[in-house]
Amino acid sequence: MSAKPELLSKVLRSLFGKRLKSLAVSRGELTIEVAAADYFEIARILREHTGLNFEQLIDLSGVDYSTYANKPWQGKRFASVLHLLSVTHNWRLRLRTFAEDDDFPVIDSVCELWPAANWYEREAFDLYGILYDGHTDLRRILTDYGFVGHPLRKDFPVSGHVEMRYDAEAKRVIYQPVTVEPRENTPRIVREASYGDVGHA
Amino acid sequence: MSAMHEIRNYTLNLGPQHPAAHGVLRLVLELDGEVVERADPHIGLLHRGTEKLAETRTWAQSVPYMDRLDYCSMMCNEHAYCLAVEKLLGVEVPERARYIRTMFDEITRIINHLMSLGSHGLDIGAMTMILYTFREREDLMDAYEAVCGARMHAAYYRPGGVYRDLPDSMPKYKASRFKNEKTLKQLNAAREGSLLDFLEDFTKRFPKCCDEYETLLTENRIWKQRTVGIGVVSPERALALGFTGPMLRGSGVAWDLRKKQPYAAYDKVDFDIPVGKNGDCYDRYLCRMAEMRQSNRIIGQCIAWLRENPGPVIVDNHKVAPPRREKMKGNMEELIHHFKLFSEGIHVPEGEVYAAIEHPKGEFGVYAISDGANKPYRIKLRSPGFPHLAAMDELARGHMIADVVALIGTMDLVFGDIDR
Repeated sequence: MSAKPELLSKVLRSLFGKRLKSLAVSRGELTIEVAAADYFEIARILREHTGLNFEQLIDLSGVDYSTYANKPWQGKRFASVLHLLSVTHNWRLRLRTFAEDDDFPVIDSVCELWPAANWYEREAFDLYGILYDGHTDLRRILTDYGFVGHPLRKDFPVSGHVEMRYDAEAKRVIYQPVTVEPRENTPRIVREASYGDVGHA
Repeated sequence: MSAMHEIRNYTLNLGPQHPAAHGVLRLVLELDGEVVERADPHIGLLHRGTEKLAETRTWAQSVPYMDRLDYCSMMCNEHAYCLAVEKLLGVEVPERARYIRTMFDEITRIINHLMSLGSHGLDIGAMTMILYTFREREDLMDAYEAVCGARMHAAYYRPGGVYRDLPDSMPKYKASRFKNEKTLKQLNAAREGSLLDFLEDFTKRFPKCCDEYETLLTENRIWKQRTVGIGVVSPERALALGFTGPMLRGSGVAWDLRKKQPYAAYDKVDFDIPVGKNGDCYDRYLCRMAEMRQSNRIIGQCIAWLRENPGPVIVDNHKVAPPRREKMKGNMEELIHHFKLFSEGIHVPEGEVYAAIEHPKGEFGVYAISDGANKPYRIKLRSPGFPHLAAMDELARGHMIADVVALIGTMDLVFGDIDR
């Protein structure tokens, strides 16, 4: 098992060369990062190349990096992360690409390559507002009909913006601004690197 | 006026409150007579924002949320989450905990499949099925209760191991107006010893129960008419659509993470992977049935190992797992550890991992990003049901509306994990 990520990374390096923005093996998992412009093409090669055979898209998720490590984030804000699996070779790969524009994040859709991406991209669009170029049916999926905003963005409060209740006078369910007081029981703390070091029990 | 104008597709709204919708599925069906032209599932009616909530809780606090994802296979969800945290931390789980996890994963698999088979039967006309399956499910629920106190939402797996060792006694039925001395004795017969004794008795009884289920369904003409040739998926298509678990194996792809990428103690137990041939609802049913028998085998092996090998069930690293309660009462160091662990929480080193397990429904994965804080930066839950339901449109096209119900049953949908 342990030799596999190294073997795979060698293949990927020779295949993509400079088009890989980064390649890292960490905790036995291989992650590559590519520019948004190369993303679709590289995904296509990963799927179709007979030596790679990533025939299955296991997962696609959006990530908002804006408050990473409790510090202002320097790079681009939104990323789309693919988890690919090759049933033939029994290896996994993580492919990440950042959207160029933070205010209008657009990433190519991979629905053509893996039909499974359809709903995953709808989900990432719904929760993060990432637009998938080439997706034929980019509707919201998890949130309510008529929902405003993208709830998993870091600037979206956990309690949301609106709440709903039954209004006896109007005799229907109405939306109103939330009455929940935001509360954080345990603050989010980033300690120095060696603090929670499990090696020093 | 030609007659052509009169022909129109009919749009039907199935659910969200429908007994066959397995929860809260809203399915908008476009029908031509009784034939489905297009199926558009609307999900999210059970969306609770688990991923967002996990970002605002410490690493340990999110474990109970995992139970509530797929509420038919609770401990498996916890397992994937704990594996992700352990992988980030780089801790090694004690071997006894691995075996306990393997055993309870398989118990969970049987619980899930019993639920799935029972309700699948109920949906397409085999009423009695659920009465039989829930009889055995009850016993396994009791095993859950014995080990963690809760029948469903266990929170038994913890990062670093499991909460506590297996109990020496089983809860027993008490006398009441409805149970006389004789029934009571019968009911409590298997519960006199420890949990392992109870489970051993179960593993001996269970193959016969499986035979009973098979008598009801496998050669049943009505059951076969409703499932054979319905929702056929080719192996290539199943892979492209992101199918995993019995949905993929039903199409003949022998892919099982327990064998291919073993975790816990799966590399040390002996079992087979059942695969289907035709990729229809009937083959997937057969796969699930055979899987239960295999799970039973694994449980038997785990019981034998657990009897022989006592040992710790959670890591002895107080940055990850709390110290023993007795020690905590008399030792300052341990008290501080306990306090810090339950107030501030575990500090997980920076990095990202994807941990996947063979959940009863398919591959359940947790993609965790840590920025070095006491809370996750991002948790993405890869639920197996999500891509399965996404393929509903493709599978239902051209089938009759009654077959949609069979498809919902065969996908084994649970909205807790699809909507998250």
